Amino acid sequence: MQATIQSADGVPLKKKIAQALFRQKVRALLLIAPLLLFIFLTFIIPIANMLFRSVDNTIVGDTLPQTVIALQNWDATSGELPDEEVFTAFHADMTVAIEEKIHTKLGSRLNYEDSGMSSLFRKLTRRVEKMEAPPYREQFIEADKRWGDPATWELIKRYSYPVTNGYFLSAIDMRKTADGPELRPESERIYVTLFWRTIVMSVTITFMCFLLGYPVAWLLANLRARTANLLMILVLLPFWTSLLVRTSSWKVLLQQQGVINDLLVWSGLIDEAGRLVMINNQFGTIVAMTHILLPFMILPLYSVMRTIPPVYVRAAKSMGATDWTAFWRVYFPQTISGIGAGAILVFILAIGYYITPELVGGTSGVFISNRIAYHISSSLNWGLAAALGAILLVLVMLLYWIYDKIVGIDNVKLG
Amino acid sequence: MSLPVYASFGQRAWYYSFRVICALIFFFLIAPILIIIPLSFNATDFFTFTPEMLALDPAGYSLKHYEDFFTNSDWQLALANSLKIAPVATLISVSLGTMAAVGLSQSHVPFRRTIMAILISPMIVPLIISATGMYFFYSRLGNFLVGDIGLNADFVEYLKIVLAHAALGIPFVIITVTATLVGFDRSLTRAAASMGAGPVQTFFKVQMPLIIPGVVSGALFAFITSFDEVVVVLFVGSAKNKTLPWQMFTGLREQISPTILAVATVLVVLSVLLLVTLELLRRRSERLRGLSPG
Repeated sequence: MQATIQSADGVPLKKKIAQALFRQKVRALLLIAPLLLFIFLTFIIPIANMLFRSVDNTIVGDTLPQTVIALQNWDATSGELPDEEVFTAFHADMTVAIEEKIHTKLGSRLNYEDSGMSSLFRKLTRRVEKMEAPPYREQFIEADKRWGDPATWELIKRYSYPVTNGYFLSAIDMRKTADGPELRPESERIYVTLFWRTIVMSVTITFMCFLLGYPVAWLLANLRARTANLLMILVLLPFWTSLLVRTSSWKVLLQQQGVINDLLVWSGLIDEAGRLVMINNQFGTIVAMTHILLPFMILPLYSVMRTIPPVYVRAAKSMGATDWTAFWRVYFPQTISGIGAGAILVFILAIGYYITPELVGGTSGVFISNRIAYHISSSLNWGLAAALGAILLVLVMLLYWIYDKIVGIDNVKLG
Repeated sequence: MSLPVYASFGQRAWYYSFRVICALIFFFLIAPILIIIPLSFNATDFFTFTPEMLALDPAGYSLKHYEDFFTNSDWQLALANSLKIAPVATLISVSLGTMAAVGLSQSHVPFRRTIMAILISPMIVPLIISATGMYFFYSRLGNFLVGDIGLNADFVEYLKIVLAHAALGIPFVIITVTATLVGFDRSLTRAAASMGAGPVQTFFKVQMPLIIPGVVSGALFAFITSFDEVVVVLFVGSAKNKTLPWQMFTGLREQISPTILAVATVLVVLSVLLLVTLELLRRRSERLRGLSPG
């Protein structure tokens, strides 16, 4: 017979422990809760909200509620114009929309899909109120003959649903047509190229960081502590210096009348006319970003290399390995985890960069982030910006997940 | 790490060329930052060394760019705004962040990994995505606070940036504070509890003094994050609330003025000070935890 162990007040110990554990969990969660709530409110919800814009298409249904219902009965593939019922509904909707001055917004929205829609809607501003009693069909066609084109109505019908994949299709250089999605014409394809360029340049930057970071990290890990600490300052100072300071200094160094060109002219390597173009192109972006992100590669490499005991390499050499074999077969494999950590970190940071490419990248050295910013603040095509952002975010989150798997987020170290 | 006496010629050659390569990489790291300093004393408006400067002629140098920085109202407004925003954002991130880090370091936390991943995410999500998300959401929040609650519009503008920056600073506080808590000896809190101290008293009298280096370095990170941040300010802020980086960014994009070099030098000095503070804190922390001799 087994007796249950009891605590002083006669409750079984097991229960008592469970209670204590539960209390501990609750206390921990209560400490975390305020911050979690704060992050949700100030960060997660805004982003989720923004991402929703990439599929949100309520504007057509909100502006033209009756027309959308009337269009449901119309067969878009028939090649005929919608009947008078649709035009009556459209007249009623437009009267309200013009009064509320929201019809031009709808025009701009549909303009993303077919340029010309914006002017078509703007033209109606004064025409609709002057229209006489029904029938309206001929009066609209008189206002602009495009209202007599079934393609115009087909477009409105196609975008009448509250949710659309149109922005995502645009983000991968496709578009919606009456017969399903298709690739845009060659001259309008930009985003896939831009995504590809962002990835290629980020990989280049990551590789450059690895190439420059590895020897430095090795030196720092193998020098005497006092010397290493001193040299560490040379890595940490750039790390702590404002991003804009470093970007502006590259702008100063690389421009055609800048320090590097002056030095080259002065030393006679190039002549006055042959000043190198090193800024506002991909070269400028790669150099400046390699400099900016290099500490993020050196620090994780250094922390891994410091823990590698030197005895392994010595053992390899004592058994006849050459310097190269000892390094490549014994030392290098032990640093793989550091390389992984540094490379993913640099790549994640590089792929979403905005400031540096904007300032030193010109047109050929810009990233997808710059295009997102352009759509938010200049072209105001927010849906497309959200779709591009969603694709970028998925890519980064995937890498973040891999980073967590191999390094662990708890092991991120700063400085 | 010195060269053994029996090293062959090839080994010697590699040993020295390796050092030269490393020296060049260190030069690449530090030169762009140092070059700013002499250039900021340029007497002309050029961004390169003039012949007078190279000849060390005093006439080639001047403080006029600094004078511009300290008298120009645009730059002064930007500096004042930065100094108003960063400390408050830091205070929010540090207080909430430290509390959460203490919570996360308890031995039984459900969903620890997921929570950690969420709290670190502001550091990982590309800034442009955070900025656009905040742009839409905060403008609606601002309209609500001003229109429906009747708060002062200027204050709401300010509050939006502070909240955004606090969110961006949190990952750094979490990372540094949890790192110090890893080395924290749990038996100390138990000892305090066994002698009758309540959890709050234990935290402030026992735990806090030991983790303070981590908290302070987290605070420095959060401060510099806010002080350097430009993307979110560009989207969420207005011209009235422009910060130092905002002013620098527009200056660099439109007409680049040499005053930027003076500002950059001031910021480099600031980062040197931060670096020294952090190094002192690290030493103190190691000494307290007995990792290195006093």
